[in-house]
Amino acid sequence: MTNATLKQLSQQLAAGAVSSVELATQYLDRIEALNPQLNAFITVDRARTLADAAAADAARAAGNAGLLTGVPMVHKDIFCQQGWKTSCGSKMLDNFISPYNAHVVEQCNAAGLITLGRANMDEFAMGSSNENSYYGAVKNPWDLNAIPGGSSGGSAAAVAARLTPVATATDTGGSIRQPASHCGVTGIKPTYGVVSRYGMVAYASSLDQGGPIAQTAEDCALMLNVMAGFDERDSTSLERAREDYTRELNQPLAGLRVGLPREYFADGLDGDVAKVIEDAVAELKKQGAQVVDISLPNTELSIPAYYVIAPAEASTNLSRYDGVRYGHRAAEYKDLVDMYEKTRAEGFGAEVKRRILVGSYVLSHGYYDAYYLKAQKIRRLIANDFTAAFAQCDVILGPVAPTAAFNIGEKSGDPVQMYLSDIYTLSVNLAGLPGMSVPAGFDRQGRPVGLQIIGNYFGEAKMLNVAHQFQLATDWHCRMPNL
Amino acid sequence: MSLTHQDVARIAKLARINVSDEEIAAVGNQLNNIFGLIEKMQAVNTDGIEPMAHPQDVSLRLREDIVTQTNQREAFQAIAPQVEKGLFLVPKVIE
Repeated sequence: MTNATLKQLSQQLAAGAVSSVELATQYLDRIEALNPQLNAFITVDRARTLADAAAADAARAAGNAGLLTGVPMVHKDIFCQQGWKTSCGSKMLDNFISPYNAHVVEQCNAAGLITLGRANMDEFAMGSSNENSYYGAVKNPWDLNAIPGGSSGGSAAAVAARLTPVATATDTGGSIRQPASHCGVTGIKPTYGVVSRYGMVAYASSLDQGGPIAQTAEDCALMLNVMAGFDERDSTSLERAREDYTRELNQPLAGLRVGLPREYFADGLDGDVAKVIEDAVAELKKQGAQVVDISLPNTELSIPAYYVIAPAEASTNLSRYDGVRYGHRAAEYKDLVDMYEKTRAEGFGAEVKRRILVGSYVLSHGYYDAYYLKAQKIRRLIANDFTAAFAQCDVILGPVAPTAAFNIGEKSGDPVQMYLSDIYTLSVNLAGLPGMSVPAGFDRQGRPVGLQIIGNYFGEAKMLNVAHQFQLATDWHCRMPNL
Repeated sequence: MSLTHQDVARIAKLARINVSDEEIAAVGNQLNNIFGLIEKMQAVNTDGIEPMAHPQDVSLRLREDIVTQTNQREAFQAIAPQVEKGLFLVPKVIE
C-alpha cells in the first residue's frame, strides 16, 4: 500500500479497503525500518500520528470525510505545527515546540490529512545539498552516497523512498525543484503569493514559497488545492479566488508552445542531463507541442543577484534569533551583546552564518547601493527576460540542475561551487514565477534527472497539465529505488 | 574587492555573531570567494532600471482597527529560555 499515490490512497480509504490507522501504521513501520539509513526525518511521533488517524477514521465513520481525510503526509520542519518540534534543521530551534500552526498546516489539518512526522532539511532552508542540517545529512534513496538536493531534501527523499505519499516543501532558490529532480519525484513551486508564508520560518521573504512534493503531477495538483489560498496574516498573500489545479490535467498538448532557453543548454550542462531533457522535449513534441527557441540573456546574473538578495533578507529575518524569547541561549556570557553573539555563534551552522555575514555586509552603510540596490535592478532585468519569453511560448522547459545528484561531501567545502548548481532555478524565484520538476530519466550512474517546467504567473494548472500528460506517456515517476 | 581581517571582524560585530580570532582567516577567505562571484554583477549597466523588491506588485492591506489575536503569553513563555513573573529575563542592559 505504501507504493500507492495520494489519489489511489484517497480512493482506497473512501472504498473502505483500508483504514487511516492501518495506513499510518504501514508508513510508520516503513519509516522505522528505513529512516536510519536515510535520515529523512527529524521527528516522528507514532502515538500522536495514530491518534490523529483514529480521529480521521471516526470522522469518516460519521460521514464527515473529505477527499483527503485520513491520508498520511509529512511536513518539512520549516512549517510551524502546534505541539510538534519545529527546528527548521537548526540547533537554534532544537528546543522549539511551536505554539501555533502555519497557514499551510491549518489547511492540511482542515482537509483531514494525518502528519507522519517532520522532514529533515538544510538549516533555515539554506543549501542545495541537504548537508547543512543540525540533524545530519539526508541520503538520496537512489544512492546512499549521493545528496538528495536541498533544502527540502528530507521531503523529497521521504516521497522517493515511499515513506509518505506526499510532503510539504519550500522553494527560495530551487529547494522544491532541485531535490525533486535529484530524488526522482514531482514537485511544484507555485507563483509567489499563492501559498501563505504565515508560520513558515522565514529565510528570504520576497523569494520563499511553499509547495508540495509527491509522486505525480496529479497528486501535486490535489495538494496544491489544499495548500494554496488567501491568508490575511501574510501581507504578501494574494487575494485571488480559489482555483482547482486539477482542471486542466487532461487537456491534450496539441498546439502547446514550449520555449527552450538557449542559455539553459550552454556550457556547464552535463551531457547525460542534456540527453534526458532532449528526450523529454521529443516526447512532448510527439504529443503535438511546438518548440520555440527563446533566450533568457540574464540567466547567469541570477546567481550574484540571488546571493545578495537572499542573504540580505536572511540577515534581517534571522536577527530574531537572539536567545531572548525562544530558542537556544548560550550558557555563559558577560553582558547582553555577549549573550547575542555567543548564542548566535553556537546556534547557527556554518552556511547560515556565512549568509548572515554576507547579508549584513551588503546592507551595511556605504554598500547598500553597490550590492543590494544593484541586485534588485538585475532582478528586474531577469523578470523582464521572462516577460519577453512568455510572449513567444506557453511554458519554458529546461534542466533543473547542471548535473544529477553529486556525492555527499563533494562540494561542501566550497560554497561557490555549491551556489553554481542553482543556475537554472534561481531566476524563477527572483521573478516570482511558478516552476516544477518532473522525473524524466536517469544519468549513467543511475541517478534521477528532472525536467523543469516554468510557467507564466498563475500558470500552475497549465504546468501541471504538461507534467500530467508527460507522466501518462512515460513511467519515470513510477520507478522506485531499491531499499 | 578583498575583505581584511578588520572588515570580517566588523561584519561579525554587525551581525551579532561571535567569530573567534582563529576563525577569521577561514571565514574571510570564504567571504572573499563569495564576493568574487557577486562582483560579476557590477559589470552590468543598470542605469534607469527600476529596482524590484517584490515579485508581485501589491500594496500592504489595511485592516479594521480591532483586536483579532487572543493573548497567548503562557504558551509563548513556556518555550522561553528564562522567564520570571511574566517577563522574559535577559542580562542587565543598563549598568
